[in-house]
Amino acid sequence: MRLTVNGRTHDLNVDPDTPLLWVIREQIGLTGTKYGCGVAQCGACSVHVDGEVVRSCSLPVSAFGPDQKIVTIEGLSAGAVHPIQQAWIALDVPQCGYCQSGQIMAAAALLAKTPKPNDEQIAEAMQNICRCGTYNRIKAGIKQAAGIAG
Amino acid sequence: MNFSTGTSRRRFLAGSAAAVGGFSLGFHIPAGDAAAQTPARPEINAWVVIRPDETVVIRVARIDMGQGTVTGLAQLVAEELECDWAKVTTEYPTPGQNLARNRVWGNFQTAGSQGIRQSQDYVRKGGAAARMMLIEAAAQSWKVPASECRVAAGVITHTPSGRSTTYGKVADAAAKLDPPKDIVLKDPKSWTIAGRPLPRLDTADKVDGRKVFGIDLVLPGMVNAAIKACPVFGGKLRGFDPASVAGRSGVKKVVAVGDNAVAVIADTWWHAQSALDALRIDWDEGPNARSSSATTAAMLREGLTAKEVFVGNQAGDPDAALAAAAKTVEATYSVPHQHHATMEPMNATARWSGGLDKVEVWCPTQNGESALATAAAASGLPPQQCEVYRIDLGGGFGRRATSHDYVRQAVLIAKEMPGVPVKLIWSREEDMLHGWYHPVTMCKLTGGLDAQGNLTALKMRISGQSILAGVNPNALQNGRDPITFQGLNPSGTEGRLGYAIPNLLIDHAMRNPPVPPGFWRGVNNNQNAVYLECFIDELAHAAGQDPLAFRRRMLGGSPKHLAVLDAVAERAGWSKPAPAGTFRGIAQHMGYGSYVAACAEISMTSSGQVKIHRIIAATDCGHVVNPQQVAAQIEGSFAYGLSAMLMQEITIKDGRVEQENFDTYPCLLLQDMPAVESIIMPSGDFWGGVGEPTIFVAAPAVLNAIFAATGKRIRDLPLKNHDLRKA
Ligand code: FES
Ligand code: FES
Repeated sequence: MRLTVNGRTHDLNVDPDTPLLWVIREQIGLTGTKYGCGVAQCGACSVHVDGEVVRSCSLPVSAFGPDQKIVTIEGLSAGAVHPIQQAWIALDVPQCGYCQSGQIMAAAALLAKTPKPNDEQIAEAMQNICRCGTYNRIKAGIKQAAGIAG
Repeated sequence: MNFSTGTSRRRFLAGSAAAVGGFSLGFHIPAGDAAAQTPARPEINAWVVIRPDETVVIRVARIDMGQGTVTGLAQLVAEELECDWAKVTTEYPTPGQNLARNRVWGNFQTAGSQGIRQSQDYVRKGGAAARMMLIEAAAQSWKVPASECRVAAGVITHTPSGRSTTYGKVADAAAKLDPPKDIVLKDPKSWTIAGRPLPRLDTADKVDGRKVFGIDLVLPGMVNAAIKACPVFGGKLRGFDPASVAGRSGVKKVVAVGDNAVAVIADTWWHAQSALDALRIDWDEGPNARSSSATTAAMLREGLTAKEVFVGNQAGDPDAALAAAAKTVEATYSVPHQHHATMEPMNATARWSGGLDKVEVWCPTQNGESALATAAAASGLPPQQCEVYRIDLGGGFGRRATSHDYVRQAVLIAKEMPGVPVKLIWSREEDMLHGWYHPVTMCKLTGGLDAQGNLTALKMRISGQSILAGVNPNALQNGRDPITFQGLNPSGTEGRLGYAIPNLLIDHAMRNPPVPPGFWRGVNNNQNAVYLECFIDELAHAAGQDPLAFRRRMLGGSPKHLAVLDAVAERAGWSKPAPAGTFRGIAQHMGYGSYVAACAEISMTSSGQVKIHRIIAATDCGHVVNPQQVAAQIEGSFAYGLSAMLMQEITIKDGRVEQENFDTYPCLLLQDMPAVESIIMPSGDFWGGVGEPTIFVAAPAVLNAIFAATGKRIRDLPLKNHDLRKA
């Protein structure tokens, strides 16, 4: 089985039912993508597949082909220069940080499609749980990255 | 002053060089003998290491779980040290080092909003002592009096001659000096590093996936474990059928863990968990298999009128005053069990070095010393032969403070695999089913008003679970759990009832259902504030008075309680009506040494949904070390507290928790989060906490606003169980 993650191809010998999340974490060794629920409820495991946000805990690795571009938090940018990452640093968005890979991947996908999202669009796209409660800074971070005032 | 860093320093350098090696990653990666060869770096004292390249390493005994304590404590040390903040980095000493060095770092406990307030004095003195030693070393090298030298940003200057040097250059010499005896701390008014909204030190690693949580740890040769404990509280493992997972890929071993759990050890965690899900397990469900939320409720209801109780606060003769009252009001409230649901599930990695009789544990913990004690107890080894390497937590909220069940399990499993590191991860389901839950309580309140609408008497009967009875029965005082009365106490600096009520009785009928209770962010303040602040609102309406004015009349003797209440009322424009269609509620409380108040503004949708627009929150926490992190804690506490108030409850059926994941235990999302306006108003003569206090007032402020909007009093949480559509 072959996967393309962050621009690199990986030849893997895994059970086809293994969720993409655990292939990313345990086979490829990229641990920035987190396990939070395993049932597509929390968003901690969010990655991009061909630009779409996917909750990687709930899809088997067999659902993905070698031509699909999988991007994890480690591959979002080189040197954390994505505007979302920069805004996150500027505003000290993370508290514990555990949910933040997923939050950042969801926010980056939102801006890729909707460069100037309004409040409803932000709320609709950001369905990830943050138990530390960083939501208001997440919202401010998205606006800052999008260049939207307030 | 008994701050003696010098003797312990010498003992440390002489006796435990091996222990120094693993500091710099924040946790220890085993490196065999390499660690023993790592040279000791110039440790000025327990809190401060200065490297030759001028890097200032500040040691932090408490831990970060998102609340910013590490940055705050570093600011306090750096303030007194007068170092260059841009060169500051931090590291965690281990509990084993603390043990070996006679607890030179003091308490590791990071709970009860105490990380900063209960260590600020000695860590500041650690910074100041290091500064004095560094200056002294420079002065000695120049053969001038230290009083002629000054320091700024780690550069020491001899003022008369203009000579200068740096901390990095004199660190070795300073490390050999005796610590100073008399240390004078700066007046907080002159702070330049502490008290400022500096960015956190630990953000960069959290935006690109680099940060390693306990769940992410990878050690050479490591295997993974998944576990199931009997889902019924108090039940046992009767047996399991290894044949049911025989031949499954990656599985190495299936082992009983203690008397109530079974674990699968495999090459990957996914293999371990999927084999565990297929494993046939036979549980002995034990004596609680019939217990339920209904049996608990019946037990608590009986307690509402029980005769044998523990008294928390009393004054005057409330029964006589109630009999003489012009009007009496009575109401019963309840708050269910809730779960911490840290984003990162419980996990710990352990290695049992069979030949050496040594146990090492890597884990997220709010109290490394308690984790070490757990590892020692589980292994049967003395604590000196155990070590715990602390890793930042993916959320704590009290779950990882007192109960290191996951550490105990990891050690027991590692014992089955001598020499091999084993990482144990709980599935979310396991995490939900085996929490230490926010205690369940009910409360019956009776108030008496005189003809002028003054509150002349209040009786408050709390019936329900004691946390101490569950986690630390030795701390009970003749059976009484003093923590039950948080925020309701007659006196003290931790959580005093602000209202002057001439005839008062607050008591507790302890009723402990077979569900483990725990400290949950805010702890008993949460329900106590809901009970009292919503009932005070009821009394105000019964007296025909404005809820703010009614409270203010009883707070004359509590100026700090009153000040935060007034601050939110003023910001909200309480004296003017709320904008059309919006409704306000107000609440105040004191806990963990801080005074807090909130005013919530809500509206109702036509389908009976509450929309929380804005919460104004005031806190007087005495001193503020990093205002932007205090603001983050206020917002975070609201998200946590409102999640519980709006939608969360743990229910029990057949002795087990019914909610196994976030689909049945939902959390507040970005779309539900109100705007939060923080008023941080430190009055300067005490040190209060900030991680928890504001959580107390979020729920009662919103509930009082819901009453203002709908005329309905929500007395049983969570709100999701109520229909607020107009009849
Ligand atoms: S871990 Fe995938 S959504 Fe929670
Ligand atoms: S930052 Fe801790 S869960 Fe979001």
